[in-house]
Amino acid sequence: MQDTLIDQALSVQAGWTEKLDQLIAQYKSIPGALLPLLHAIQDELTYIPESAYPKIAQALSLSVAEVHGVVSFYHHFKTHKPGRHVLQICRAESCQAMGSEALEAHAKQCLSIDYHETSQDQAVTLEPVYCLGNCALSPAVMMDEEIFGRVSKADLEALIQDAIKTEAHA
Amino acid sequence: MLNMSTIVYVPRDSSALSVGAEKVASAISQEAAKRGMAVTIVRNGSRGLYWLETMVEVATDKGRVAYGPVKAADVSGLFEANFLNTEAASAKAHPLNLGLTEELAWLKQQQRLTFARVGITDPVSLEDYLAHDGYQGLKNALALSAADIVKTVTDSGLRGRGGAAFPTGIKWNTVLGCAADQKYIVCNADEGDSGTYSDRMIMENDPYVLIEGMTIAGIAVGATQGYIYLRSEYPHALAVLNEAIAKAEQAGYLGDKILGLPYGFNLEVRRAAGAYVCGEETSLLESLEGKRGLVRFKPPLPAIEGLFGKPTVVNNVISLATVPIILHKGAQYYADYGMGRSRGTLPIQLAGNIKQGGLVELAFGITLRELLYDYGGGSASGRPIKAVQVGGPLGAFLPESQFDTPLDYEAFSAIWAVLGHGGIVAFDDTVDMAKMARYAFEFCAIESCGKCTPCRIGSTRGVEVMDKIIAGTDRVKNIKLVRDLSDTMLNGSLCALGGMTPYPVLSAINHFPEDFNINDATV
Repeated sequence: MQDTLIDQALSVQAGWTEKLDQLIAQYKSIPGALLPLLHAIQDELTYIPESAYPKIAQALSLSVAEVHGVVSFYHHFKTHKPGRHVLQICRAESCQAMGSEALEAHAKQCLSIDYHETSQDQAVTLEPVYCLGNCALSPAVMMDEEIFGRVSKADLEALIQDAIKTEAHA
Repeated sequence: MLNMSTIVYVPRDSSALSVGAEKVASAISQEAAKRGMAVTIVRNGSRGLYWLETMVEVATDKGRVAYGPVKAADVSGLFEANFLNTEAASAKAHPLNLGLTEELAWLKQQQRLTFARVGITDPVSLEDYLAHDGYQGLKNALALSAADIVKTVTDSGLRGRGGAAFPTGIKWNTVLGCAADQKYIVCNADEGDSGTYSDRMIMENDPYVLIEGMTIAGIAVGATQGYIYLRSEYPHALAVLNEAIAKAEQAGYLGDKILGLPYGFNLEVRRAAGAYVCGEETSLLESLEGKRGLVRFKPPLPAIEGLFGKPTVVNNVISLATVPIILHKGAQYYADYGMGRSRGTLPIQLAGNIKQGGLVELAFGITLRELLYDYGGGSASGRPIKAVQVGGPLGAFLPESQFDTPLDYEAFSAIWAVLGHGGIVAFDDTVDMAKMARYAFEFCAIESCGKCTPCRIGSTRGVEVMDKIIAGTDRVKNIKLVRDLSDTMLNGSLCALGGMTPYPVLSAINHFPEDFNINDATV
């Protein structure tokens, strides 16, 4: 078990072990450190590798199960590396009133995937989101951290094509 | 022609960005450079007339002249029409010319107290904030005793704008009365209700008013640390808040000695992580402590044992952002607006299938119909509005026959509905209310924290029963079952998530029985 985790840790990215130590040192003393630390890890890697749990747990005097419990509770945290881009489609009422269901179906069809999946070329991970606060300009979607309103099927398709062609956002 | 630089305003609000404001701003600066014209582009907040975004404003002697909705492709045409010289006949005749912003009826008829500066100022400029009555509330608060600050807030009649409508001053008074080595001010900025965006607008477009409100709260109750718990879906608000907090610290408005006085207040933004239930205050506190967002039993009240077990004020963004004007203009000034026990103004958000969506701040008492038709201009699709959902995903659906209800906490209670955070989502006649009832259960199942059984299990059973009703299986029997299940959730859930999911479900059945293929709502 320990060996597998170490292997995983090594495969995350070069210099990751040192970076993780640095993030833990930076966050471990602040009150309620776990969420800020998890955010910092995900900002760095785009996900939170399970191999990081033991070190986080030890630094914050938690059990590995508690760390796992927190990561799995929140929709925002990802335990697997997403595609180069993350496309979030709003499923909430205001966007439903403006045809978001058709957008969802169209995105799934364009990418040949369902929610929480990544397209085969690793370009786009599709996620539902429940409100982006853009309800006066529904339907809304978010590509990485860029928000779009009054989105038509054609707009969505253009966004997806663009994402397939481009590298990950910095 | 123009011998000095003309100021042009292009909003940086994320809804404006969602329809191309960034491209409009760069097109204006490129076109001006190409033509050798001097323009200074100020990235202001949005005025909240979202159907007109991107709304570009040009500063003139008579006030700002608005153009909208502007697309990047319109920009060269605006220059051709000489739009920087708003007196020119060609500028006046341009189809996107809206005239003086302040004269737009949609804006002029509003009573903007909390949103007084929104759309006018550069959100991150502290100088701009100070030049528009910023920090006048804090100045007055510093001359009062802690008890008098709390009394001013109590006397204003301000009630929690997050949805629960609990009197803010009474909450503060409880925290003031607790002896503790540490107290906290927590701002609930986990605005997860569909159809609401007023918190986002304040944070992106006037962040200092929230910072000032939280500082006043800290001084009033003796809290030296504040946290803004901000939803992760709002990256633009995060950037603006962090920039504003850094500038306020630098200028001495935050820190261990505010303006050199013996009051300390430090503020930090903490990112949430996409759990709707964390908008419930005790779940929010668990999350801030670094735990799963499980709802706590009450008592103890957070005001007595809140964050890290210490007395804590938990208030919504709008409640806190309304405190500065109350302290600046006085309790009576604020209380003079409104009706009954709903004092002051409510920032109403028009959303969904609506032609003119946006932010309408008005005294309590306006009717839904006025909002939907006079401000909203009817549905975006042009079809009749069949239903509106007020107060987010846990709010009731209201039929046309209830559109004359005034916006007032008690008037809404009386028709078994809630005002919540003031979000109004309109649906046209293509909506299927049985599907909306199913969605309400589905949303609850996705977002339930899992601590109490009625919410955790009831929501999933609700989806299953709704599927049967939609499929036409034993409709009457299954609708009775949904009513029974709703009763259990209403009365047996630990918090509003499970406890209020029956509002959209039962209101859909009661007001729109035809969508459930039953002719009689008494089933």
